[in-house]
Amino acid sequence: MSAVTPPRSATGSGPLPWLKPAVWLGGLSPLAVMALDAWAGALGAHPLERLLLQTGLLALLTLILSLLCTPLRQWTGWTWPARIRRELGLLAFGYACAHLLLYLLDQGGLGGLPADIAERPFITVGLLALALLLPAALTSGKGSVRRLGFARWQRLHRLVYPAAALGALHFYWGVKGDKAEPLLYAGALAVLLGWRVWRSRFGGRRVKRDSK
Amino acid sequence: ASGLAAEVPPHQTDELGGLVTPFALATSYNNFYELGWGKGDPARQAELLRRYIAAQEPWTVTFGGEVERPGTYDLAALLGWTDEQERTYRLRCVEAWSMVLPWRGLPLGELLRRVGYTSQARYVQFTSVFAPDALPGQRSSTLDWPYVEGLRLDEALHPLTLLATGLHGEALPAQNGAPLRLVVPWKYGFKSAKSVTHITLTREQPATTWSVAAPREYGFYANVNPQVDHPRWSQASERRLDGTGGLLAERRETLMFNGYADEVSGLYTGQDLRRDF
Repeated sequence: MSAVTPPRSATGSGPLPWLKPAVWLGGLSPLAVMALDAWAGALGAHPLERLLLQTGLLALLTLILSLLCTPLRQWTGWTWPARIRRELGLLAFGYACAHLLLYLLDQGGLGGLPADIAERPFITVGLLALALLLPAALTSGKGSVRRLGFARWQRLHRLVYPAAALGALHFYWGVKGDKAEPLLYAGALAVLLGWRVWRSRFGGRRVKRDSK
Repeated sequence: ASGLAAEVPPHQTDELGGLVTPFALATSYNNFYELGWGKGDPARQAELLRRYIAAQEPWTVTFGGEVERPGTYDLAALLGWTDEQERTYRLRCVEAWSMVLPWRGLPLGELLRRVGYTSQARYVQFTSVFAPDALPGQRSSTLDWPYVEGLRLDEALHPLTLLATGLHGEALPAQNGAPLRLVVPWKYGFKSAKSVTHITLTREQPATTWSVAAPREYGFYANVNPQVDHPRWSQASERRLDGTGGLLAERRETLMFNGYADEVSGLYTGQDLRRDF
């Protein structure tokens, strides 16, 4: 793999001081809407299922957006996408955790989980996706790059790629009938991961030019 | 949400004491893919089916195949063949949720005896409305349209099997399968074809939409059975959607044949229900 510029999120606040607060506000507003709906009893006939679907969808959406940051910076030269990558990744991790908690709530506890993991690939890949996000979430802080060294930190954070792929597969398997929406997510993910592969194989020269 | 329970008179339960699902919930959480894939889509798009039904007036049902008096009959004619009955049944969806619904309808067996079936008849196929111009879901080929379902003849003749025309004392809402839908309370909900236009008696087991689309997940029989799991989830328990319990609607044990074992288990004597799922 060729060298990629270090994440600029570690370099603190540049211009656009409202950027990160806006990402948190936008990213957490669906959570506020869900909480208000739950409080008002406006989640429909099957509230838990509604929340389960919404948190799962939000997890995958924010994860894909976090994977869009680096290509977007490379395509446009903008630096701001790289500065919100961490926030988007943490939102994804948070929604994925909420998704798992709601699933456990729906199942009435941990009792059925071992059997579900062993017997239902749909559950297995979903849980594996969340497990792969955990190291990245734990090392998302500013100090982690320094502590681990950039190369090791970067290798660890590449676990997000298989996590996203498994998340998309989990969504695809989970939807009955019309697979258009999961395929849309899978397609976006394929473009974002494919771009990285293409760039590491054939884009080496341009990387060097860019980084000067 | 707890207010809903107080509004339901105490007699509005099934024979096991389960609360009837309020009309508002029973008509806003539906699987009716002709009107969209989301649970709320059928209610949102119900007007499309209502308009189609109004344009068709009168709705007809065509009896064909191994039938002694084949033909196309107005719904009004069917209503004259036998008395409508009120039946409060549990509805168990294959997706592990359930409702208790007060139907009105015609016992299917009475109608089949009225048109007569030949000695060759062994199965009954039900065909749902086919109107891609009117129904948005049928403009994509996600499923093979029209929706088809089937029963063995003895299942179709069983006194519990109903062709429903009403729900909660009202004419059957579009999103619940107006104007006429099958209700087979001991089977998963997808067996109960909505907006039925054709009833065909056959010699061979007919194709059914979901068993063609995903044969590993949906069988022809689809009897409610807590011991036979769906590949993606357990069927041992279900969430009862009756508007009580807020976020955590009650999860209860799923009963063999959805609690109708005394009435229907005799239909399957000697049959391996794991194989014939």
